[in-house]
Amino acid sequence: MPSVADWLRGRKRQIERREPGLWVKCPGCSETLYRKDLELNLLVCGRCGHHFRMPAADRIVSLIDGEFHEIAADLEPRDPLQWTDVKTYPQKLAADREKSGAVEAVIAGFGSMGGIEIGLAVMDFFFRGGTMGAVVGEKIALLFEESARRRVPAIVCTASGGARMEEGLVALMQMAKTSAALTRLQDARLPYICVLTDPTTGGVSASFAFDADVIVAEPKAVVGFAGRRVIEQTIRQRLPDDFQTAEFLIEHGHVDLIVDRHQLKAQLVQVLSMLLPGTGAGVPA
Amino acid sequence: MNVIVEREKGLLELEQRIGDLKALSEQHPEASFAAEIRALEEKYASLQREIFGNLTAWQKVHMARHPMRPRATAFIAALDEFVELHGDRAFRDDPAVIGGIGRLEGRRILVLAQQKGRDTKENVRRNFGMVHPEGYRKGLRLMRLAEKFSLPIVTYIDTSGADPGIGAEERGQSEAIAQCILQLTRVRVPVLAAVIGEGGSGGALAFGVADRIIMLEHSIFSIASPEGCAAILWKDAGKAEEAATRLKLTGSDLKGLGIVDHIVAEPLGGAHRDVDATVTSLLREQASSLDALAMLPLERLLQERYAKYRRIGSWQSQSDRMVRGAT
Repeated sequence: MPSVADWLRGRKRQIERREPGLWVKCPGCSETLYRKDLELNLLVCGRCGHHFRMPAADRIVSLIDGEFHEIAADLEPRDPLQWTDVKTYPQKLAADREKSGAVEAVIAGFGSMGGIEIGLAVMDFFFRGGTMGAVVGEKIALLFEESARRRVPAIVCTASGGARMEEGLVALMQMAKTSAALTRLQDARLPYICVLTDPTTGGVSASFAFDADVIVAEPKAVVGFAGRRVIEQTIRQRLPDDFQTAEFLIEHGHVDLIVDRHQLKAQLVQVLSMLLPGTGAGVPA
Repeated sequence: MNVIVEREKGLLELEQRIGDLKALSEQHPEASFAAEIRALEEKYASLQREIFGNLTAWQKVHMARHPMRPRATAFIAALDEFVELHGDRAFRDDPAVIGGIGRLEGRRILVLAQQKGRDTKENVRRNFGMVHPEGYRKGLRLMRLAEKFSLPIVTYIDTSGADPGIGAEERGQSEAIAQCILQLTRVRVPVLAAVIGEGGSGGALAFGVADRIIMLEHSIFSIASPEGCAAILWKDAGKAEEAATRLKLTGSDLKGLGIVDHIVAEPLGGAHRDVDATVTSLLREQASSLDALAMLPLERLLQERYAKYRRIGSWQSQSDRMVRGAT
């Protein structure tokens, strides 16, 4: 296992390479933001509160107290369908690795959050749209199984376009694999919290995401089963802007909480501290 | 335009001519049309072999969507007995799902089926087999009923996908599907799935997590419709035929990937050419699969189901270059 410091250094460097430039324009209010300020503010616009999509490594740093012990870090997909279109599937994977700095669309591991030991998996929309293939399915399944074995709660932050086309039905079946593994955690009566981040759709929203005990969403995150484009094509009309947003979901009764990124860690710790018997941990300031 | 329906037109013409000649020869027994009839029948047989002998993935997609393809109701009608149970107890009864208790060649079962319509009127009522959240929640309710009364669950899969509409999203399509999948991974009775037409995406999988999966020979099971896949990957639904080939969505492909257990052969020309024979073959396979599953002690059944799904999808590890997993 690589040391945590090395792991973070490697990931950080790659993130910087992904989005060069000193200034970033906010899609929420069109304000030009100084990159360093934005990063210090957890990628939330200081003016309008727009939550930028967050790379998995940044999210982990924002939630975990100190050390993070990544599991199954070096799993790489194979090519079950021998997929080729403009490029082969392995070529697409290599290009995404270069562009995003991520090895796959999820990072999973163990660490402490506000003094509570947890299993944490964070999906990365910057790697193949966060899609779930065999490796993502395996890491999520391992997280649930290993959390049950260590008797710690699990948290998954989702960001995904769904199952990964290039792995075909093998990818779709990861919905069943992750769900089966989740039953181990349920049987151990350990909490599982899902944090829905922008965007979470398809095979991820329709499997382990919406099976959580407590479901949290980030403000304005788009979450749904079918993609907006598909629905608009089906019904042949434009959808309202707030359709499938976190706010839409809470109004219709599908999520428990909408939590601003700055409060996320404290909120998760508070919920866990009440769900877990004998957890003395308070809410950090 | 269904490519199978198009290709069948020549056959139907021949059928018509053979029928006419036979009628004619009965009216005029003195004239002999035997030679003509035999020639036409030979032509018919060779055309049939040419058309159906080696269907491409794209042709199988169209066979799976054939307007005359037997629906779940055809198989349910052949059960010894069946009582349909309606509704999700919360919102509404979804006609795209048929659920109930029945008896398959003497075996008590719980049936869950996705049901397309036969004509426009029925298709409107059944929403073309596209299930709403309340349909999945009806399924979930019946899975629990099955567990309570130790009824093996037999599912029939035939949907292009879950309904992608506003109401479905408002009522939590994702959650409804997720709960069905989770429940089937752990339900404490045998689960036997049969793909009889289209197995489209997560909406099909909601009833498709099973101890054994059977596919009719010309049915398909896919991560997305070929049109949807082409639109997502290449922003061009016109490339659906290419997507159909690449997706490996036929029964033989999926058996090769270790996801599907049994393929049930269809009559030459497809299930709709001889519905009774298709129904008989599938029910026979279901009966023998149910008997095999009933032999397993429950804990072993559940362990094997867990292990089966746990294995699907292989990966390689950078450090040790090991390759693991089944498919």
